[in-house]
Amino acid sequence: MTVFIRTLISGLNLGSIYALIALGYSMVYGIARMLNFAHGDIIMVGAYSGIVAVMSIGLPPIVGILLGVIVCALLGITIERLAYKPLRQAPSLSILITAIGVSYLLQNLALIIFGPEQKAYPMFSGVKSFQILGAKIDGITILTLAVTACIMIGLNLFINKTKIGKAMRAVSEDKGAAELMGISTDRTITVTFAIGSALAAIASAFYGATYVYILPTTGSMPGIKAFTAAVFGGIGSIPGAMLGGIVLGLIEQFAKQYISTLWSNAIVFGVLIIVLLVKPTGLMGKTIQEKV
Amino acid sequence: MSELLKVDNINVYYGSIHAIRNVSFHVDEGEIVTLIGANGAGKSTTLNCIAGLLKSDTGDIVFNGESLSKIPGFKIVNKGLSLVPEGRRIFLQMTVEENLQMGAFSNPENEQAGLERVFDLFPRLKERRSQVAGTLSGGEQQMLAMGRALMSKPKLMMLDEPSMGLSPILVDQIFEIIKNLNDTGTTILLVEQNAAAALDIADRAYVMETSRIVMEGKASELKESNQIQKAYLGQ
Ligand SMILES: Nc1ncnc2c1ncn2[C@@H]1O[C@H](COP(=O)(O)OP(=O)(O)OP(=O)(O)O)[C@@H](O)[C@H]1O
Ligand SMILES: [Mg+2]
Repeated sequence: MTVFIRTLISGLNLGSIYALIALGYSMVYGIARMLNFAHGDIIMVGAYSGIVAVMSIGLPPIVGILLGVIVCALLGITIERLAYKPLRQAPSLSILITAIGVSYLLQNLALIIFGPEQKAYPMFSGVKSFQILGAKIDGITILTLAVTACIMIGLNLFINKTKIGKAMRAVSEDKGAAELMGISTDRTITVTFAIGSALAAIASAFYGATYVYILPTTGSMPGIKAFTAAVFGGIGSIPGAMLGGIVLGLIEQFAKQYISTLWSNAIVFGVLIIVLLVKPTGLMGKTIQEKV
Repeated sequence: MSELLKVDNINVYYGSIHAIRNVSFHVDEGEIVTLIGANGAGKSTTLNCIAGLLKSDTGDIVFNGESLSKIPGFKIVNKGLSLVPEGRRIFLQMTVEENLQMGAFSNPENEQAGLERVFDLFPRLKERRSQVAGTLSGGEQQMLAMGRALMSKPKLMMLDEPSMGLSPILVDQIFEIIKNLNDTGTTILLVEQNAAAALDIADRAYVMETSRIVMEGKASELKESNQIQKAYLGQ
């Protein structure tokens, strides 16, 4: 029972991280209809920003995290402006290749700046642990779950209740019709990249706190998993990304605990394939009618 | 009467397809002008170009004394010009009320007054304000598309085949509403397959054929013309 609870909680923890990252993939896909494969590397940038802020500048961890959020949001906006915006009318393959290029660029810049050796992520060293139903749970895990829950509620309110949020939904349904309303597609895409990248920065703090060590390639694996989660939940759907992330985290941790650490990734991707065979649009995906 | 819209020698291409050639026409303030023509003639392309969804490489579009050709598409609704696009293109996953709010995006001070006006014109939409637009009937969707375009308080409203797919009774209703809007001061540019009905309510008409404007005149006169009767009125 204790093991079960512990696995459940750590699955939720990992799932929260995936969900936060998956939101960025899914929102960007929903609005700009592109797969931003550089999104995973934003996590790495967020983590290094935190390390620099806390270790080199000596800022308190919470300020370091906020700084990472700002750096990542600005980076997301810059990448979109410089790399993707000129390709708005280009075939999706060109955009995909550009995104992969941006991903390698970020990884190699980090390699040059921070070197190949791993750096310790400092943040939450002093947070207490709790006892839940006999299982010892890290305070940071509780924090991850609580913050992620707040972000999800906040994001839902933002998308459904605010003017910009509604404009984002309008653009994701029909760009032309949205422009007729006076909504700027470019501005909406900018906001989307900023939010997605900020969420990735928050995810990076939780990731760093859970996995402790950061490398220039740190973003790839959670990036790919979160992308899988986004597809799993139905790419373009915000609740889908949340659900997909959580479910993926749970599957991964339970597979590790009860089946095999070696096989856990294979099981995760196997489940994805089965879900997509049964429901090609993902768990909560809507059928997207492509305009001819 | 003063000229509200002047379209001067515009050309639009889709890749290598030359969709409209040297199109020029004008709409005066207070008029109902209709643009009729066969499928593929270029009517929707013309309206989309005026609304800023497409750009012309040549000529100019002047609205209310101001050139629109250098203005980004999304700012054009601000100038007092709105389009009810072909196929309605309402936001199917948003509610009726949210669709209308989007219509007032460029003009949020007018949202409350706009909602009242639209609900007055289309009481059906008021009953269904929290319903998701995708679940509305075709007629209700058309009303929503028109209501949404009215939310920006346009001086000129362009409608692209508002009667498409509607029952005859609804078509009459929609045309009645267009006439009412015009009586209360909105200038109308109407594209229609249903040429007879369009010529009935219009002051003037332009006829498009294979990407060009080939004829123009008073609606009442065109309606009597042999050529028009043969080609578009099925007589
Ligand atoms: N997105 C597009 N890509 C390529 N060609 C297009 C596109 N849209 C329209 N066309 C072509 O441009 C021409 C004019 O089309 P347009 O839609 O303006 O005609 P229309 O007069 O509105 O016709 P309808 O009465 O059928 O709506 C047609 O030959 C059409 O095939
Ligand atoms: Mg048309």
